Amino acid sequence: MPLKELFERDWQELESEGILFSSLEKLVAWGRSNSLWPATFGLACCAIEMMSATDGRNDLARFGSEVFRASPRQADVMIVAGRLSKKMAPIMRRVYDQMPDPKWVISMGACASSGGMFNNYAIVQNVDSVVPVDIFVPGCPPRPEALIYAVMQLQKKVRGEAFDQLGNQLPMVDAWTR
Amino acid sequence: MSLKERQPKSKQPESIQQESSLPERVGSLTANSGALMHTEIMSLNVGPQHPSTHGVLRLVVDMDGEFVIKVTPHMGYLHTGFEKTFEHRTYQQGVTYAPRTDYLHSFGHELAWVLGVEKLMQADVPERATTVRVILHELGRISSHLVFLGTALMDLGAITLFFYCFREKEAVQDLFEEVCGYRMNQGYFRVGGLSRDIPDDWAGHVQTFCDTFDKHVDEYASMFATNPIFLDRATGVGVITAEAAIDLGLTGPNLRASGVPLDHRKATPYCDYDSYEFNVPTSQKGDSHARFLLRLEELRESAKIIRQALKRLKPGPVKDPNRKISLPPRPELESSMEAVIHHFKLVTEGFHPPLGEVYVPVETARGEVGYYIISDGGSMPYRVKIRAPSFVNLQALEYACVGGQFADLITVLATIDPVLGDVDR
Repeated sequence: MPLKELFERDWQELESEGILFSSLEKLVAWGRSNSLWPATFGLACCAIEMMSATDGRNDLARFGSEVFRASPRQADVMIVAGRLSKKMAPIMRRVYDQMPDPKWVISMGACASSGGMFNNYAIVQNVDSVVPVDIFVPGCPPRPEALIYAVMQLQKKVRGEAFDQLGNQLPMVDAWTR
Repeated sequence: MSLKERQPKSKQPESIQQESSLPERVGSLTANSGALMHTEIMSLNVGPQHPSTHGVLRLVVDMDGEFVIKVTPHMGYLHTGFEKTFEHRTYQQGVTYAPRTDYLHSFGHELAWVLGVEKLMQADVPERATTVRVILHELGRISSHLVFLGTALMDLGAITLFFYCFREKEAVQDLFEEVCGYRMNQGYFRVGGLSRDIPDDWAGHVQTFCDTFDKHVDEYASMFATNPIFLDRATGVGVITAEAAIDLGLTGPNLRASGVPLDHRKATPYCDYDSYEFNVPTSQKGDSHARFLLRLEELRESAKIIRQALKRLKPGPVKDPNRKISLPPRPELESSMEAVIHHFKLVTEGFHPPLGEVYVPVETARGEVGYYIISDGGSMPYRVKIRAPSFVNLQALEYACVGGQFADLITVLATIDPVLGDVDR
C-alpha cells in the first residue's frame, strides 16, 4: 500500500485489517523492556541467588533477562548483587560508566541497598551514593522470585507504566538526561 | 621457591618443549633479547569484574606470549570487616555473621563458630542437635560442591551441567528453607544447640533427596567425565604435588587431590564424626581433573553420612538445658520469675564465657575453617581471627599456573574453588 494512501485512510479501518498503530517511543520502550540484558556484577551471597534466578526452575529467561553479559558494553541493567566494599566502589562506578545508555540499576539485597548488617568501616552503606538505583530489592539474600519481581517492576518502569506510592504515574525513564 | 627452580606444570606443545623449557626461555629473553624475536613480558589484568574469577578477585598475570610466568592476586575487593564486626556483637549474634563469610557452605562456618564458643562455654549439646548439625553440614557441602561443578565447568565452556547441578541445589535449598525458613545464610545453629526443632516431616524429605541423589551424581559424571574437551583442558593442568600442597598450607579437597588424606572429620572429629562410616577420597594426581572428580566422590560420601545420620535421629531436646546459655521456653516465662531474669540477661547482654582462647577446626567444602576466639570474660569476643581456607588455597594459584597457558589459569582458578567472601572476609 502506498504511504500516501495509508495516511488518507481512517486508522480504525486500518486496524480492522491488522495494521496496528503506536508511538515510536512506546514501541522502543516495549522492545527495550523485554530484553533487559544484565551485566554480571555478582559481588557476594546475592550473586548465588542471581545465578539461581537463571536456572531451570526460576528461569529469568521468561522475561528476557537471562543473557548475563560479562562486558558492560553489551548490558542494559546492572544488578548489584551483594555487599559493596569501599575498595570496590570506584570499580562499580567505572563499570556503570562503561555501560551504554539507556541503562538501569537494580540494587539487590540488604547490603547493597542499605549496608544491611554490616554497618562498619568496610562497606558502602548504600550503592545509591555511587550509582543511581532504579529498583531496590530487600532480603539477605532476596529469593530468586524477588529478583524476578524486581526485573518485572523495572520493565514496567522502562515502559512508563510504573506508579509511585501515591498512585502517580512515573514518567518513562529518560536515561539520556540523567 | 624461585621461578627458575620450578618446572612447567602444564602440558605444552611438543615443539616448545623441544626448544627449551619455559624458565630458560624467560632467562634468555632478558639476557639475550637481541638474538631472539623481540617480545615483551605483558602484564594482563583479570578482574575484579570478570566472570571467571568467581567473585571479585583481581589477578595481574605476567605473560610471555601465551605462557604465564607470574600471577599476582590482588585481594580485598570484598573486604567486609567480619573480624572487627565480631568484636562488637554478642556470641549468639555472631551466628548470623559467620555464614556470610563463606556463603556457599554457610553451615560450615556457622558450625565452626558455635563449636568454638561451645568449647569456651563448655556447653552440653544434646544428641539430636548434633545429628541435625551433621545432616545440615553435609547438605551444605553437597550444595557447595554442586555450585562448584556447575560454575567450574561453565568456565571451561560446558554450560549444560550448570542447570542440572542447580536443579539439585534448589532441592537442597528447599530443605534448608523448610528447616529454618531461609535458603541461604541460615543462622540456624545456636550456641548450645539449634534455634528450634526440625519440622516433623523434614527427615523424610531429606531421605527422599538422598535416595535419588547418587543417581544424579552418576548423571553429572556421565555428562562431563568422558568428554574429550574436558579431559584435554583438565588432565595434567595445574599439578600441585603433595609436598607443595603441604608447604602452601592447602586444606580440603585441593589437598586431598594431591594425595594427602587430611580431613578434619577424621583427624580431629567434631559432632561425633568418628562414629560415622565414610571414606575420605584422595587422588595421587594433583591436577585439575583430580580436583573435579574428587569433589564428585565427596558428594557421594556426604549423602552416605546423611543417610547414617537420619537413622540416628531420635526425638529429644535440641538445646542445652543450661539457662545461662539457651533462652528459656516461652511458657516458662509466664510462671517463673527466674526464667524472666534469664531471658532478660540473655537478650540484653548475652552470656559471659570465661577468660580464654579457643580454636576448633571444621572441615568445610573448601577446607579447614576455624574461628580463633579470644574471650576477655565479657559478653563479646575480645578478638576473632578467621582461618579461611579459600585465602590459603589461593596461594597455590601461582604455583599451579606458572608455565601453563592463560586458559589453564581459568581452569586452575575454578578447580581451586575459592569463595571471595572467604578470602577477603
